[in-house]
Amino acid sequence: MCLAVPLKLVEIEGYEGIVEMGGIKRRVNLSLVENPQRGDFVLVHAGFAIAVINREEAEKTLSLIREMEQHS
Amino acid sequence: MEFSLLRQKKSVELLLQKVDSLLESIGREVRIMEVCGTHTMTAYRSGLGHVLRKKGVRLISGPGCPVCITPEGVLLAAAKVVEEMENTILVSFGDMLRVPVDGKSLLTLVPAQNSSVKVIYAPEEALKTAELNPDRRVVFLATGFETTIPSIAWVVLEAQRKNMKNLFFITSLRLVPPPLRAILCSGDVNLDGFIYPGHVSVIIGSRPYEFIPEEFGVPGAVAGFEPVDLLLGVISVLQQICAGEAKVDIVYTRAVQPEGNPAARKIMDTAFECADAEWRGFGVIPRSGLVLRNKVLDASREFGLELSSRKAHEACRCGDVVKGSIEPEECPLFARTCAPESPQGPCMVSVEGSCLIHYKYGSVRWTGSA
Ligand code: SF4
Repeated sequence: MCLAVPLKLVEIEGYEGIVEMGGIKRRVNLSLVENPQRGDFVLVHAGFAIAVINREEAEKTLSLIREMEQHS
Repeated sequence: MEFSLLRQKKSVELLLQKVDSLLESIGREVRIMEVCGTHTMTAYRSGLGHVLRKKGVRLISGPGCPVCITPEGVLLAAAKVVEEMENTILVSFGDMLRVPVDGKSLLTLVPAQNSSVKVIYAPEEALKTAELNPDRRVVFLATGFETTIPSIAWVVLEAQRKNMKNLFFITSLRLVPPPLRAILCSGDVNLDGFIYPGHVSVIIGSRPYEFIPEEFGVPGAVAGFEPVDLLLGVISVLQQICAGEAKVDIVYTRAVQPEGNPAARKIMDTAFECADAEWRGFGVIPRSGLVLRNKVLDASREFGLELSSRKAHEACRCGDVVKGSIEPEECPLFARTCAPESPQGPCMVSVEGSCLIHYKYGSVRWTGSA
């Protein structure tokens, strides 16, 4: 039940937005996040965006992994 | 963003090597509680749980399955709504409706005249159902942890704003940190560390767990749900053990900030207030639940439903499973009379229930595809 998935926010209309996954579009309630922007990845749980994914931090984790792979 | 990297075999195996070298310097088995059912899922579905166990890291599932810890009394109150109240629609999440009580479930009860039970996937559907059925009462059996509570709170506030007269709530909303204190105080389970639930922490942040390193000296990390995320959490705990320190680390920084999500918490605080609450397996834990501030929306008060506490099915050991004091396989009913098609307790119903996860994925071994 605490499952949430990062999906790309492609449209914003008031407190609602549209997220996209593999070409499928879904409506999402944006009332719980501050200042979401088009193009952001939002973490979607039970029809609500509960967080905006921090791109910089995501990149940090990913580059940590890439680095590890290069050194192996 | 290349989230697929977080599932890739090579990344996972490199991290496993790091686990090996840390374990070597620790020199003994390490016991880590992963609090959230979704982490249990990550560990078992990929077979990583077994790999870690063989290496010397034992993952113990904690109380992080909302369906599993909801006490029987709440289900009985909901059953009363279905069976006795006419002209009423009970709505709730699917797993909740399938939990067995006295050999039945909310989905198999015979409803009162003109009443029915409806599965919803998102809290907002409760609101829609009430709007589409103005001449019927809608009762939302609302359960969940901090991940889901803000969405339910939003629905409560909308119902208030729209002055809706036909939407009511039976709430069983629970907070994750208090049972962790209960587990540590009981001393029943030996723990060297915690993997804190990523999505609960999106809302509450990392600070509410600070008492764990401070008062109990136990390390921990907030982790995400990809295999790499889980391993980063395990590695953080092992590193803390090696360094002889204890803190609340965040390895899921792309989604979790120390202060959590203040906007969501504000909505949560506007709709609900803190109260003592009953948990299956634990009994009443002080200040571990949330209740409606606006009592007019409270179905249990409005319709005189008693949320009585009652002992669960005698032989079902869900109460011990959620505390981490036994493994599902230690329950005498596991895979005998209790199976997904004939569940005897909530831990075999919920997708986050340890019994169901062990039943379905217990024999899965790590092959590199997570
Ligand atoms: S195996 Fe079934 S009966 Fe036993 S604890 Fe799990 S859910 Fe309960």
